[in-house]
Amino acid sequence: MPKDNTIKKVLVIGSGPIIIGQAAEFDYSGSQAIESLKEEGVEVILINSNPATIMTDTELADKVYIEPLTTDFIKKIIFQEKPDAVLPTLGGQTGLNLALSLAREGFLEKENVKLLGVNLKTIEEAEDRELFKKLMQRMDIPTPESQTVESLEEAQEFIKKIGFPAIIRPAFTLGGTGGGIAHDDEEYVRIVKSGLKNSPINQVLIEKSIAGYKEIEYEVVRDAKNNCIIVCNMENLDPVGIHTGDSIVVAPSQTLNDQEYQMLRDVSLRIVRELKIEGGCNVQLALDPHSNKFYIIEVNPRVSRSSALASKATGYPIAKISTKIALGMSLDEIINPVTKKTYACFEPALDYCVLKIPRWPFDKFVNANRRLGTQMMATGEVMSIGRNFEESLLKAVRSLEIKRVHLEHEPFYDLNTDELRERILRQDDDRIFYIAHALRAGMTMNEIHTLTKIDYWFLNKINNIVQLENRIKTDELNQSFMQELKEFGFSDYAIAKFKGTDQDSIEKLRTELNVTPVFKMVDTCAAEFESTTPYFYSTYEEEDESFNPSDKAVLVLGSGPIRIGQGVEFDYATVHAIKALKEMGYQALVVNNNPETVSTDFSTSDKLYFEPLHIEDVMNIIKREKPIGVICQFGGQTAINLVDELHRRGVKILGTSKDATDTAEDRDRFEKLLRELDVAQPLGTCVYDLEEAKRKAHDLEYPLMLRPSYVIGGQAMKIVYDESELVDYFLENHEKDQMILMDRYMIGLEAEVDAICDGETVFIPGIMEHIERAGIHSGDSFAVYPPQTITTESQKQMIQITTKIAKALDIRGLINLQFVIKSGKVYVLEVNPRSSRTVPFLSKVTNIPMAQAATKALMGVSLKEQGYFSGLNPESDEVSIKAPVFSFSKLRDVDTALGPEMKSTGEAMGRDIDMQRALGKAFKAAGINIPNCGTILVTLADKHKEETIPMLKKYYYCGFNFLATKGTAEVLKNYDLPVRVVEKIDRADRDLLDEIKEGNVDLIINTISKGKNVETDGFKMRRAAAESGIICLTSLDTANALVKAIEMHTLRILSL
Amino acid sequence: MRLILESGDILEGKHFGAEPKEDVLGEVVFNTSMAGYQEVFSDPSYCDQIVTMTYPLIGSYGISNDDYESLTPSLKAVIVKEHCVTPSHWKNQKSLDQFLIQHNIVGLHSIDTRKLTKLIRERGVMKGIMAGDNIEYLDVKERFKENLPTDQIQRVSSKTHSHFPNHGGERIVMIDFGYKKNILSSLLKRGFDVIVVPWNTTYDEIKNYSPDGIMLSNGPGDPKDIKEVIPTITKLQADYPLFAICMGHQIFALANGADTEKMKFGHRGANHPVHDLENDRVYITSQNHGYAVRESSLSGTDLKLTQINLNDKSVEGLRHKSRPAFSVQYHPEANPGPTDTNFLFDEFLNTVRGNKNA
Repeated sequence: MPKDNTIKKVLVIGSGPIIIGQAAEFDYSGSQAIESLKEEGVEVILINSNPATIMTDTELADKVYIEPLTTDFIKKIIFQEKPDAVLPTLGGQTGLNLALSLAREGFLEKENVKLLGVNLKTIEEAEDRELFKKLMQRMDIPTPESQTVESLEEAQEFIKKIGFPAIIRPAFTLGGTGGGIAHDDEEYVRIVKSGLKNSPINQVLIEKSIAGYKEIEYEVVRDAKNNCIIVCNMENLDPVGIHTGDSIVVAPSQTLNDQEYQMLRDVSLRIVRELKIEGGCNVQLALDPHSNKFYIIEVNPRVSRSSALASKATGYPIAKISTKIALGMSLDEIINPVTKKTYACFEPALDYCVLKIPRWPFDKFVNANRRLGTQMMATGEVMSIGRNFEESLLKAVRSLEIKRVHLEHEPFYDLNTDELRERILRQDDDRIFYIAHALRAGMTMNEIHTLTKIDYWFLNKINNIVQLENRIKTDELNQSFMQELKEFGFSDYAIAKFKGTDQDSIEKLRTELNVTPVFKMVDTCAAEFESTTPYFYSTYEEEDESFNPSDKAVLVLGSGPIRIGQGVEFDYATVHAIKALKEMGYQALVVNNNPETVSTDFSTSDKLYFEPLHIEDVMNIIKREKPIGVICQFGGQTAINLVDELHRRGVKILGTSKDATDTAEDRDRFEKLLRELDVAQPLGTCVYDLEEAKRKAHDLEYPLMLRPSYVIGGQAMKIVYDESELVDYFLENHEKDQMILMDRYMIGLEAEVDAICDGETVFIPGIMEHIERAGIHSGDSFAVYPPQTITTESQKQMIQITTKIAKALDIRGLINLQFVIKSGKVYVLEVNPRSSRTVPFLSKVTNIPMAQAATKALMGVSLKEQGYFSGLNPESDEVSIKAPVFSFSKLRDVDTALGPEMKSTGEAMGRDIDMQRALGKAFKAAGINIPNCGTILVTLADKHKEETIPMLKKYYYCGFNFLATKGTAEVLKNYDLPVRVVEKIDRADRDLLDEIKEGNVDLIINTISKGKNVETDGFKMRRAAAESGIICLTSLDTANALVKAIEMHTLRILSL
Repeated sequence: MRLILESGDILEGKHFGAEPKEDVLGEVVFNTSMAGYQEVFSDPSYCDQIVTMTYPLIGSYGISNDDYESLTPSLKAVIVKEHCVTPSHWKNQKSLDQFLIQHNIVGLHSIDTRKLTKLIRERGVMKGIMAGDNIEYLDVKERFKENLPTDQIQRVSSKTHSHFPNHGGERIVMIDFGYKKNILSSLLKRGFDVIVVPWNTTYDEIKNYSPDGIMLSNGPGDPKDIKEVIPTITKLQADYPLFAICMGHQIFALANGADTEKMKFGHRGANHPVHDLENDRVYITSQNHGYAVRESSLSGTDLKLTQINLNDKSVEGLRHKSRPAFSVQYHPEANPGPTDTNFLFDEFLNTVRGNKNA
């Protein structure tokens, strides 16, 4: 079926900011979709509120709208652009839900806009639990016993029938927000309530638990001709009971025989055909490990996280193909872009084993409840490719960047089997590590299987790793044993550790024994057809397939899994660096391990190495390719962390030198530099132990900002107000001999600059002003470009300082500086000699491709030659605001109060002709509805009470009234603000938590007096807000900004 | 243990399965199925071949009593990257290693199977010898000049006639060139009464069974090795509805005056797209063949090309222009592989019934 030529202009709906359950995979699928549409000569209009993505680059779509993802904005775009069709299946649940509501209200039909890839009935049948269940019954496909309920009473009735454990799944939510498994009444009531609240249609599905079944996924693609193929099937190592996004997943399935594989394949195809889905679709199934019995779990009628994984696992670009199908083409006329010789209508054959491990944010959220269940909590994931399971598993562990190089964690060696048993039962993110340690401690596979229901096949493989460790201790490391260990994925580090020697000697011995890796190609067809895909993974075997070594090769280090503090922004920069290198005629090589990203699309670079960003793995690539050098400044802290080891091995670091990086990160050297340059910074020092800290704290004066050196995203960063908090901080965060930076915490206006330097010219694309005062992590702040309140004089100072520092450090490429301005004086808080989180935002609002300019500069094309100059780029007339986006409703027991540790998972952008309008958009884009009127719950620290009054008055005049606890209420009354007093938590029959839960509160403004403690009332209130979906602002600056936006958007009342 | 190829390439591996009693010499082929190794290894069409699995982890779910495609595997040897010694599955009866030992089949593991696959892809299928680590190419070079046996069908076909009764069902006589069990099961499942007869059964013998239809099964090797059956087939197709699979399909083509040819490295796997020209649909099929019907040879015959391979456009399906007879090159019975084309057995049932009532 040739493509539908009536479709000349298509609106693509993106997925918006990155949140848990909807991450960078939609940047990848969205970018592919746009490319695919362009290939077919279609004009592409894009709406996406996320500036950090590649897909929102103006180089891709014909027109990009970075506007809030709401039906109103989409309607406006449709009115202006008059597209022929809208493509909603590549923008995750967000895109789909928006399209659904536009279609439901008849808008698309009225405007004569086609809905590509799906129809209303399909979405409803796939996503409405009740309709889906009915459909399955009609098709005679088993689903677990279940019932849709819309109230707690109904839920309690049904549970009597099926008994515990039961699964609660809210309808129409992302990553299962608000769902879970309940084992008893109390849990049940809690989860049902939260589920009902989180579902936009107040509907949850209660389902009999089939925990322990094998969880299997099929990625299906169907075209309008009804051709239907499986791109890949995947098996979760963690049986049913843990969300697939939080499960370790292997592709293809390992423990299914052909009968089972085909049985589930057939069912998946039948469903997709029945739903008449055109494009990619994900089907999840549960298979009894002891019989042929199976259940269908769910269907995602769109491109999903799993399809991104399947695309990278097989090389088959699902999003690209789905887009062509949406245009009316059929699978048998689309060429397989990998082989370029065969057609897209086939099922990829793998000749390797792929493993995915999720990356969880618990390193940041140490107090979070880490138990994995039906609600996804991972922010990202890593993928690895090997010729056996052990190799893939160990590579994936190395890729996670959780300070573990091997399937072990030092403190776990101290646990006995009883403790390990208890830990395994916790079912948390460390389970696979506990299992390995349990095997080391002598626990049987039998017992572990009983505890976890993990298939023996996987346990045997983990056991094999443990057995090999034991053999390292006893056996001679001869050629054949070394080869065997490397084949099973052991790192030099691990071999050294179990041998009791150091990594360098193992590396040396291995080289002497001539045990070196080869690189194999990912080609979709297990070598059956010739292919030239530049997509490789390492393994220890005979034949090396990596082709075309070039004397103009440059290796770019990627940024690994998406985590808090290191998100898609760094992939954006990586992709731009690659583009610039290609443009300059270099062969751009990239190494990365994140399957969700654009950088790991094999068509992005000249050669993609899908490998861990661990020194040994990176060196293997360098030895193979002998690149001119390595670019480390775009891959976030991940890449920066490799600089030392690369430098030590004689690898040329392109761009800013290792020495400059060290200077910026080494406290003493940095202080010295600033003194020499006569640049001010907040008083500070560094300490190595508590006693020293106490002593020096006395001189610096509290409050103090504490953080370990070399961190990104403010990990373990804290403001302490007195000595007791200082002691707590050291107890919680300090590892022996680790250096802790201790600074005076300055309350002032915070600003940020990204600049590009070639050694001569220091070009500053823009200055960003933070709405929140210093003390809130810059990643969690609203950032405004151009600055609105910073004086010209202060800006001048910032430009001078930036120029001085960039030159002094001899920066080649990007540099990011953070400032605090107090009493007209500019202080430097931090200097990062690398690409920063704000680079994509600033690039977009200034229309300067910063990462590309930086790449060219560091490769020797001067900024002058590129048309840039020293100093600040002229400011734009529009105001652009970057708003942080959080995923608190998905993380249990995480405090939502903002501070110096970063907590946001993504960002959105608002842009308009003035500050107030831009603010309004920024809030909307970040998912904060701007209420017209309503009730604000105010609980303030004493020191904030008075200064808050003018702001609260503004809220009052806009049409708000207040709820407050006694102390705050009294202050409000004194200023004639009407307020209803609510009781503090547990002080009366009804307290403020009841008000929140009953929906009597529209907004919470809450400031924290000092020190955060999990037990405090404030924490409980903030959690209640997160779980009830109520916005809770913990910074007065944000609250002030919000009221500005409200003033703009709300009509007041006036009496005569 | 190592694999020495006719091309002179040598791949190092390790031995498993049965001890080699004699030289293991055979045609080396590769199969790209990711699951279904038991069905592959027990498929009589692999008779005498050395079968390499491109998927590296083989034997993971063991060997079950239910999944044999024939009771006695007839392949020469098995090559895998890794074989699982601790399989895990509720139906598992024994490991792959035990299975190979039981059936006296030699295995070679820890070979760079991807390299081997590429060698075959580039140079075409070739002979290989599994030999001890100290044997060099020159030591065995002469052996490659030997002609491989051509009597595979004689060996794997039934020696006796067997009746699989299905009371009241239409009777099918299946000529056994080395049939896979699931062809029989697929027929029985649809209510056919099936009589399986040896490859060289005469027309009269078959006629005496009063069949309602004829099934030509799959089988190993070159169809031209059993040219003597052609007159029988020609006569059968004139009198009965006929459905032919794989080897059967090639013989059906020969019987109608078309020709077959050896392919460079054949199709072996579970992911081959076949374009049905009659309804413009594509099926994903299970395949195992080293010979194919030459498309140009169809002109002037009574055969109509109904299906082609989407990738290399080779002949995948034929239909007789005037008789109720049709054939496919691939395996609609699956096992292993997708069941997309299962409906062909239903079509056959309809054809047989239609013919009977006509």
